[in-house]
Amino acid sequence: MTQLPPPSAKKLGLVIDLDTCVGCHACVVSCKGWNTENYGAPLSDQDAYGANPSGTFLNRVHSYEVQPDQGEAQLIHFPKSCLHCEDAPCVTVCPTGASYKRAEDGIVLVNESDCIGCGLCAWACPYGARELDAKEGVMKKCTLCVDRIYNENLPEEDRQPACVRTCPAGARHFGDLGDENSDVSKLVAERGGFDLMPEQGTKPVNKYLPPRPKDEMPEFDILAPYLEPIASDGKGFVGWLDKALSSLPGGAK
Amino acid sequence: MSLDQPQLDTSPQVSDEVRKTTCYMCACRCGINVHMKDGKVAYIEGNKDHPVNQGVLCAKGSAGIMQHNAPSRLRAPLKRVGPRGSGEFEEITWEEALTMATGLLAPIREKHPEKLAFFTGRDQSQSFTGFWAQGFGTPNFAAHGGFCSVNMAAAGIYTMGGAFWEFGQPDWDRTKLFMLFGVAEDHDSNPIKMGIGKIKARGARMVGVNPIRTGYNAVADDWVGITPGTDGLFILAMVHCLMKAGKVDLDYLARFTNASVLINEDPKSEQFGLFLRDDDGQPQVIDRNTGQLAPWNGQGVEPDLAATYRAKGITHRPVFHQMADRYLSDEYAPEAVADRCGIPAQRIRALAADLARVAFDEAIELDRPWTDFRGKKHEKMVGRPVSFHAMRGISAHSNGFQTCRALHTLQIILGSVEVPGGMRFKPPYPKPATAHPKPHGKVTPGAALDGPHLGYTHGPEDLLLDEEGNPTRIDKAYSWENPMSAHGLMHMVISNAHAGVPYKIDTLFMYMANMSWNSSMNVGGVHKMLTDKDEDGNYVIPNIIYSDAYSSEMVAYADLILPDTTYLERHDCISLLDRPICEADAVADAIRWPVVEPDRDVRGFQSVLCDLGARLGMPGFVNEDGSQKYQDYADYITNHIRRPGVGPLAGFRKGEDGPQGGRGDVNPNQIQDYIDNGGFWIEHVPENAAFYKPFSMDYQNWAVKMGFYDVVQPYIFQLYVEPLRKFQAAAEGIGERQPPEHLRERLKLTMDPLPIWYGALEDDGVDLDEYPVHALTQRPMAMYHSWGTQNVWLRQIHGHNPLYVPTKIWEEKGFQDGDWAKVSSTHGSIVVPVAHQASLNANTVWTWNAIGKRKGAWALDEGASEATKGFLLNHLIHELLPPKGDGLRWANSDPVTGQAAWFDLRVKIEKSDVPNEAQPAMPAIKSPVGKGPNELEWKVGK
Repeated sequence: MTQLPPPSAKKLGLVIDLDTCVGCHACVVSCKGWNTENYGAPLSDQDAYGANPSGTFLNRVHSYEVQPDQGEAQLIHFPKSCLHCEDAPCVTVCPTGASYKRAEDGIVLVNESDCIGCGLCAWACPYGARELDAKEGVMKKCTLCVDRIYNENLPEEDRQPACVRTCPAGARHFGDLGDENSDVSKLVAERGGFDLMPEQGTKPVNKYLPPRPKDEMPEFDILAPYLEPIASDGKGFVGWLDKALSSLPGGAK
Repeated sequence: MSLDQPQLDTSPQVSDEVRKTTCYMCACRCGINVHMKDGKVAYIEGNKDHPVNQGVLCAKGSAGIMQHNAPSRLRAPLKRVGPRGSGEFEEITWEEALTMATGLLAPIREKHPEKLAFFTGRDQSQSFTGFWAQGFGTPNFAAHGGFCSVNMAAAGIYTMGGAFWEFGQPDWDRTKLFMLFGVAEDHDSNPIKMGIGKIKARGARMVGVNPIRTGYNAVADDWVGITPGTDGLFILAMVHCLMKAGKVDLDYLARFTNASVLINEDPKSEQFGLFLRDDDGQPQVIDRNTGQLAPWNGQGVEPDLAATYRAKGITHRPVFHQMADRYLSDEYAPEAVADRCGIPAQRIRALAADLARVAFDEAIELDRPWTDFRGKKHEKMVGRPVSFHAMRGISAHSNGFQTCRALHTLQIILGSVEVPGGMRFKPPYPKPATAHPKPHGKVTPGAALDGPHLGYTHGPEDLLLDEEGNPTRIDKAYSWENPMSAHGLMHMVISNAHAGVPYKIDTLFMYMANMSWNSSMNVGGVHKMLTDKDEDGNYVIPNIIYSDAYSSEMVAYADLILPDTTYLERHDCISLLDRPICEADAVADAIRWPVVEPDRDVRGFQSVLCDLGARLGMPGFVNEDGSQKYQDYADYITNHIRRPGVGPLAGFRKGEDGPQGGRGDVNPNQIQDYIDNGGFWIEHVPENAAFYKPFSMDYQNWAVKMGFYDVVQPYIFQLYVEPLRKFQAAAEGIGERQPPEHLRERLKLTMDPLPIWYGALEDDGVDLDEYPVHALTQRPMAMYHSWGTQNVWLRQIHGHNPLYVPTKIWEEKGFQDGDWAKVSSTHGSIVVPVAHQASLNANTVWTWNAIGKRKGAWALDEGASEATKGFLLNHLIHELLPPKGDGLRWANSDPVTGQAAWFDLRVKIEKSDVPNEAQPAMPAIKSPVGKGPNELEWKVGK
């Protein structure tokens, strides 16, 4: 068993806007590209060009259809990676101490040199956010790009997770959710950001912003004044036109 | 365990070097930072300074590293040694390959240049490849626009000087209501996602009009699940509502459109339906200042939308009167169209009313004075903050041209084009049809063609017909079958060449176009055409040369393969002469450069054309002494002069005081200057020229200075397109050049100068009771055309493609998860896996395009899911309409532009037994590159 550190003041995490995510998978692949080249072992791919390709990804996008009681079905794109929980069961279950939560910023990481690939953490994670790399036999997970966010070799504006930097729709936000005045905390407050599966008691740091209500355009009755007819046919229209033109600037003849 | 945290290096070295070039994973052309380690590509991210993507990058772009290192890359020139289609090749040297190509091409050029058909796919060098084809002298050149979105492009140019994507974009920073029609999750990719993000962050609204609610439509505030092919009807119903309520921008219409231009309304006149013109040929309006006739562009003229003019017994009425007559008709009332569109009448009204509310009640004003072409000074810029975007979804129908015209008409009557909050053009657009070249097709053996191939026709006199009236071009572009085919008809080339109609060719030369697979309709038929032999045992299409970087399905059908480089190994220019990448507020262009050198015996195709052009002694490719003019494509990019001061790249040209943008002399160091600037060049539009571009002298003068054109050319939007009327009039019997009898009625209907709607042409030959269901394709955001390979990372996201079936059909047919279905059209049938989707038009099925692959292609295992479960809808679509019993070949294309009518497809669907694999299962082709590795563990740094 591994102990969690006392809750940190700084809680780095992601805020993901489900209203804006178009499901393009940009974050998925950018993550794969950065993390296969950087932190720890590469993210390998098995049966790469074969019948059932299967590789390690730290971030995946799932899509769900929602059929409201009234109205049209909707499709929600749902990106999912490690939520860097405050009460991270993946850490406490780890028999070697390889899985740990950083005391200074709350990022949950795997120290690969101590990981024995037992998979207990993946079983303990209620979100399915960890993947055992089939080639290397170590547990892989979102690092919140810990090798980017403090990286003095990167320009300051690039010191954010690869998935956030690349998101074309701007649906992903990174920041300190422990600071109520941070941009991400304000966004969560404004938009009613929520925890994923709060009943699990994991206290995830990452938050999701809910999709705005859809298909709520006003009924035509309310908009009807905008279409008040001025004519019923072409002839009537020309009559209206003569009058309307004379009221335009320079129209009085 | 203890709380001892391991020591982490949180500032590792990211890379040795960053090389900035342009992405080629789709047609978006984003700027990328390629991080290098030990001379190898380590990581690719978006370039924050780049105008297109501003740092973001999509899934495709980030996966470029796997494209660049793909096992499917061709390694050396190949000569076919087995029968066509077998995939049996031997590697040859470049000298052998180029000698072989020259041996085929030189005699053709000497005697019958038209016997070469040179078509390029989704390449981004059409101003160069077109220049090459022009030098060769064949009229048979085009790129892929004919099977992509020529309807959108041509309707935009004819109507208002540009459409969407390369031409224009919503004013993302100001628009308050954005309506998106028919975009299949791409076209263009990152800018739309960025734009949607922006308008959502501002709390603006978005309406998605699409039979399928995925991707962009999934995040739209409102979704209109329209019936495919009825967008034009829906749009014209909204036009009806808006005009009937007088919710139109009269001032804008009078000043900036031809709504005020007078039309001859005497059916007996030769000029019936044409503009009243003065002795200088200028269309006439009534000036409200004087009540007299005046040219549309006269200084100080205030065009009158209402006044009519009668002379010599002939009444002339303004275009706007004709529009009122047509669109106020009950034919376009919401109730009349609701069932066909699958949208309740009240919903149509509500959407029209909402457009009116935002356009007129929420108008915005910018305090920016500007001067129009009539010399009138405007103190403010008034914006109608409603904007639109559309692409293939509305254009890939046989009524697509008129539908796209209808959409532009809706934009224009709302006064929302080139105004704050509306749709904005991107320099060098707008550019009206009259500012583009006309098509050219005059062949002279041994000499260049008489001008550029592709352009805009303005009447029957511009058609490319021989003395007997037969089409000049193999694809029959610019013939009576499709008089305004501005991008050619690549999808008809193989079919026509095989049929020998209008004539036989000798050599088919193609680049980056997977014409034996997902880029062709009737895939099996195309295989037969490509392999068919005549009585003497010779191939009916005698020679096929093909260039591609990867082992695509098309490779197997060529006799000679010229292997291209990957996009990170080549020079390219993203030119203003081609498909520009500018923004509404800026002009920009860009380059690609070899950030790594090829490790195979491959060459950039454009460099190969420089070599071939010289071997053939083609004008433009040899110096006076006959030596090779351009050593490679980079040499051409730097040194080619198209017009005085204008070359392929507009940035960093040589000026008197150092490098300058726009016009200038050749700068020998230009490419290095681009590299030093991050791979692109950008210059901003002056603030007072940023809107009203077609009408603004501030913009026009800037455009001339930058070299977009040589004299100012202000124009007004063409709600009424007179060239359409000229073709229609010919069909009515007016004029010297007459269409063949069998096309008269169709021309009369479809060449209407004001937007109309008609049903899909294919519906006439299909029993709609038997084939009631619409079938569409979309292209996923995380996968693109088969112009690259099947990417190892992306194929884990989209490795096969089910047919998505709406709830109504799913339940009717009793489908369950894991089921397969037989899907049939009048042309053929396929057996494919199905999946349920509720957020879908109730009478539409769809699948992802081009995920299905042929066994043996792309270095995939023959058991790859793309080949066993993936499939193409293309098997169900024919390049010809169902036979009408008249013995004629009727193309399955838009009759105005020749755009392939992919989305007119009707099918029936039945539950099927579960087959071993998707049907039809075609035999494997032999891979010239072997198979990819089983396992990948990608890391280039130590």
